[in-house]
Amino acid sequence: MSLLKTIETGLRSLLGHRLRSVLTTLGILFGVAAVIATVGIGQASSDSVTARITSLGTNLLTITAGSSVSAGVFGGAGSANSLSMSDVQGLQDRQSAPDIAAVAPVSQGRATLVDGSTNWSTTVSGSTAGWLVTNTRTIGSGTFFNANDVATRTQVIVLGSTTAANLGASVGDIVLVRQIPFQVIGVLASAGSQGFGNQDDLAVVPFTTAQDELFGGGVQRILLSATSASTIGSAYLEANQILLQTHHISDPSQADFTITTQTQVLSTAQAVTQTLTILLASVAAISLLVGGIGVMNIMLVSVTERTSEIGLRKALGATPFDLFRQFVIEAGMLTALGGLLGVATGLAVGYIVPRAANIAVHITPLPVLVAVGVAVAVGLVFGVYPALRAARLAPIEALRAQ
Amino acid sequence: MPSSDELIHLESINKVYGTGEAAVAALRDFSLTVASGEFLAVMGPSGSGKSTLMNILGCLDTPTAGQYWFAGQDVSRLNETELAGVRNRRIGFVFQQFQLLPKLSAWRNVELPLLYRNVRDRRSLALQALEQVGLANRVDHRPSQLSGGQQQRVAIARALVTNPDLILADEPTGNLDTASSRDVLAVLQELNQQGRTIVIITHDPEVAPVAQRTVHMRDGRLVEQVAA
Repeated sequence: MSLLKTIETGLRSLLGHRLRSVLTTLGILFGVAAVIATVGIGQASSDSVTARITSLGTNLLTITAGSSVSAGVFGGAGSANSLSMSDVQGLQDRQSAPDIAAVAPVSQGRATLVDGSTNWSTTVSGSTAGWLVTNTRTIGSGTFFNANDVATRTQVIVLGSTTAANLGASVGDIVLVRQIPFQVIGVLASAGSQGFGNQDDLAVVPFTTAQDELFGGGVQRILLSATSASTIGSAYLEANQILLQTHHISDPSQADFTITTQTQVLSTAQAVTQTLTILLASVAAISLLVGGIGVMNIMLVSVTERTSEIGLRKALGATPFDLFRQFVIEAGMLTALGGLLGVATGLAVGYIVPRAANIAVHITPLPVLVAVGVAVAVGLVFGVYPALRAARLAPIEALRAQ
Repeated sequence: MPSSDELIHLESINKVYGTGEAAVAALRDFSLTVASGEFLAVMGPSGSGKSTLMNILGCLDTPTAGQYWFAGQDVSRLNETELAGVRNRRIGFVFQQFQLLPKLSAWRNVELPLLYRNVRDRRSLALQALEQVGLANRVDHRPSQLSGGQQQRVAIARALVTNPDLILADEPTGNLDTASSRDVLAVLQELNQQGRTIVIITHDPEVAPVAQRTVHMRDGRLVEQVAA
């Protein structure tokens, strides 16, 4: 029997049981759509994390208090209050740290800002003039505070563009932070929002002012900027050396601080989102498998129902291969159709969800092709057993079945 | 070895179903020859091995022992695919239950065997066959729109369409009333007069007079041969 005729016969038989074919197809449709949509969402969140981290600059190194090397006595990273302004000064030494371009200590907390009758809650960081360089940000209007402001504990504040807009504040205004007046001296240029989290919703005050007036405590983090992307390695070694020295630690494995580069952060974040994506996609893939079992079930029903037809076709000269191919093609058509409709549904989800639920979906060709390929493969694999049953039926027995 | 004018030559055919204690011999040392152009009726009570004979003759099953030459070819040891080829090219089947596919029109049913041999012009061949059985005006009817006699004639057209060496009919009149039976037998007789070999397996005594030769079976053996 020609392939074309086999396909036509298959179509006729599938159309003969419309409801059944549609329901079987649905199983595959949802599986494929789920794979495409979940991988798309995973991809989008991975993209946004990557973009957000790289936008901070690849020259950035972050020193956090506490050790990530668990020697039995250390708590979690950041729990130790081990960083201080003398560390910052040590790191600023050009002599021992020639590859470090800028240093900025950070102490951070959430606070409500009040400007007249409006108020806005945001993240307030205490830092030094190096903040701007290490975060690769620029000033939009006004100025950033300088070393003198830090030394004299001036009550000045620099706002992110979103924060300024929400407060209705501009350069020269007085803003209350925890009831303490700060003068707005600058507004940052927008860095754009990157997926979750808005980099324009923040405020920065001189480190000393924040320490004395707002949060107290010490240095939570120290941001370092290497002179270039190629000197990150040596900047890392220099920072490590200096801190071990100022902290009087001779065994590097006992270090009470951790230095992370952006590349490390990036690969960690990517690993996390990738794991999540794989997890979600596996769940979706299981539903595809279930759909495949549905196809097998319906093909077995079809073989049983058409036993006498199979017998007749055998008597008329259909070879076992003819019948095998007939049923495999029918199963393949069911899943191919389900796969194509699943792609359409997946793309529709990718179009609707970002607009309806503010969840980014980034659909790439590969998962679409893989999902359709898997769907068709599932159909062929799960079609094989029923098709073999059809091919192996003894013609006499089959003819007798009525 | 069979002589050249023999279409069918069965020699000491044995067919045993089951094994050991449960083994049942359906055919025992069964030998039969059918000449080309002959019209043979095989009669016998149920359980006499008629159906088994039909399956073997029709290459739907292979004998446990013995030799079967069909048109000079030993078909008793062919595999399933080879047997399918023999059935398709050389044998036309007519069944008691008609075995028409209900969703296909008359000519689509007649076309079926041609689909398994990649013939062009299937429609004109099918129409020709339907005309031969007197159903030229029913080609687009579905089986449900036809009477029993008409359905059986569609089945005969289907058996005929591949121009086979043998038409093998299994109780072709078993589901028909007297008038339709006569119709169907008349068609078969006409085909035989055109030179086609026909074997009818039946227990309908009406068939015997139409056939040139009638053989009787009992317990898997040939018991009597009657020339018409």
